[in-house]
Amino acid sequence: MPPRETWLVLGGGSSIGRAFARQAAAAGQGVLLAGREAAELERSAADLRLRHGVPASAMLFDALDLAGHAAFVRAAAALAEGRLHVLLAFGTMPSQAACEARPELARAMVETNLTGAAAVLTALAPLLRGQGGGTVVALGSVAGERGRPRNHLYGATKAALHTFLQGYAARHARHRVRVLTLLAGPVDTALTWPLPRLPFMASPQGFAAAAWRRAQRGSGQAHLPGIWAPVMAVIRALPNRIFNRLDL
Amino acid sequence: MLVPLALRLVPPALPTPGEAAPAWRKLSLQGWGRLGRAPCQAARPERLRDLRAVVLADVGRNLVPHGAGRSYGDAALNGGGAAVLTTRLDRMLGFDATTGVLVAEPGVSFADIIRTFLPRGWLPPTPPGTAFATLGGAVAHDVHGKNQHLAGCFGHHVEWLDLMLADGSTRRLSPSEDAAAFHATLGGLGLTGVVTALALRLLPVPSNALLVRRQRIAGLDAFLEAFGAARQASWAVGWIDALAGGAALGRGILEVAEPAPQHLPPPPEAQRNLPFDAPGCLLNRFSVRAFNAAYWRRVPAAGDAQPMHYGRFLFPLDGIGQWNRLYGRRGFHQFQCVLPEAEAPRGLRLLLEAVGQAGAASFLAVLKWMGRDGAGLLSFARPGFTLALDIPARAGAGALLRRLERLTLDHGGRVYLAKDSTLSPAGMAAMYPRLAEFQAIRARLDPGGRFSSDMSRRLGLG
Repeated sequence: MPPRETWLVLGGGSSIGRAFARQAAAAGQGVLLAGREAAELERSAADLRLRHGVPASAMLFDALDLAGHAAFVRAAAALAEGRLHVLLAFGTMPSQAACEARPELARAMVETNLTGAAAVLTALAPLLRGQGGGTVVALGSVAGERGRPRNHLYGATKAALHTFLQGYAARHARHRVRVLTLLAGPVDTALTWPLPRLPFMASPQGFAAAAWRRAQRGSGQAHLPGIWAPVMAVIRALPNRIFNRLDL
Repeated sequence: MLVPLALRLVPPALPTPGEAAPAWRKLSLQGWGRLGRAPCQAARPERLRDLRAVVLADVGRNLVPHGAGRSYGDAALNGGGAAVLTTRLDRMLGFDATTGVLVAEPGVSFADIIRTFLPRGWLPPTPPGTAFATLGGAVAHDVHGKNQHLAGCFGHHVEWLDLMLADGSTRRLSPSEDAAAFHATLGGLGLTGVVTALALRLLPVPSNALLVRRQRIAGLDAFLEAFGAARQASWAVGWIDALAGGAALGRGILEVAEPAPQHLPPPPEAQRNLPFDAPGCLLNRFSVRAFNAAYWRRVPAAGDAQPMHYGRFLFPLDGIGQWNRLYGRRGFHQFQCVLPEAEAPRGLRLLLEAVGQAGAASFLAVLKWMGRDGAGLLSFARPGFTLALDIPARAGAGALLRRLERLTLDHGGRVYLAKDSTLSPAGMAAMYPRLAEFQAIRARLDPGGRFSSDMSRRLGLG
């Protein structure tokens, strides 16, 4: 058994965060579940401790509280056993229509999905470098690969995040910080529950298992589920005169 | 109309800051018997706060909790109404290794518990016929297992449960805290509220395996006698060839089992799925007769004994995912009743004869001796013999089920609601003498009639 390390799950209360935490715990890793709802996170942490006998705790974290990020990182460092790795799994996805009717929703989404994400990863970078490297897995989206009428505001936040992660990966690569950006297709989460059924939908467990396996094997970008690699290759290649006529 | 009027009395949900509106989706739910689809609005909360929002939501619809969808009939369906899916509330919250008490959310399944705790020497106390059932469903039906004669029902092993009521408040119920509501909720079909957590005493076991002894039984009377001789066995269940008639009526296999001292290597988890609906004609009286006869002969005439994983003994059908598709697209009814011991020899004979005459192609029927009353007001279990059989949904099935209900009533028995899809309101009232008591407690807990299901309305419970 390799020495125990710890996964910090940002968005630990989300469907994917919870499922990924179970993967990490099943592999014997410690888990820090970070999010806004202490009681819920504590229930999930108890579940990980019970099922897998690993250390797991809840941490309060608010992506929008930029001033609090430094203290949060210090607290995470104090709680972590072994090296720290990060799953960035928080984000919001209000509908395009809602964002257009209420621009403050769009602003909050940008601040969460982009500003908050970039800020907390930046605050974590010295820790990751100082411990001799670590893995960052971040939840991107196929929505960020080409803006579609139905969700291009959300897609824009994810495209910006992808770009941020590229530079972040390049900047910290020589300190052995590996960055894996998951270009996620739709997953059957609380976020997508009310939406019409989407194609190739993954379960959170299936998605998390694939993400876990992928995270063991290197960095870069990866479509998840894998079927989205060829699908998005086609969608990216479509000429505008065709793309614009599709109701996507 | 009682229900719509009552719904207006439910206070509208006031969205408090930070409280998201519940997310609904149109869904067609089915019972395990796949008899029909119940279109409804469904929510699938992942946090207690979201569950509360769902319970309080003023959607002008009543609500039923829905777990793994393993009840056969309409107990967890709510056509035209709303359903709250509890499968994502699936966390284990605490375990005391000295007392064996596990605290868990309602969406945790028996399979989850076995995977986590059997390697540590603990088993869920009364595992039902499938490990995919959830703890919430086990409460709603006060389920029993192949050890019912000694261990009683699920509710006997529940120390307390937290119930979210229609007004969004959560109340802890136990034999000493609002015992009436506790006993109404055990076996209460999800009609008193939504379980948010429960404390369950697990059963200590010496290994992950049982020593299973199987013997052929020639007929019904011999079966009842053999059960009489096996009263002290830890586990006992009988498989009946429901198509054998005449002198062979009630012939089958008795399996009794004791905990094995030695571990077996852990079994593979792989499950095969039945990838499509079997054609309706696959199961006819000839094919099923041949299968049942082969099953009977599989056990040597002298009997045999072998160590077996708990999972293989307790959940023989779980190895085939979606085995319910075997009965084709039209689905099937499952009929299960219990008859008092004195009435059993005659009553069971009449039930089996009725099935045989109808030529209803039932795979192996299950026979089991029960030793204790259930824990709840509407619990199915009572001392006596219980018989369960599948009846494909074909012409004549309705008439046969009415006849089986009549025979059950005539012999002082009752029908298991977890399986049921056809019981009449009059039959319900006659079989469940504590129904009025249940309804009174339900009215106190849920004065607005928020919780209701296809089954509760069919049975005249509102």
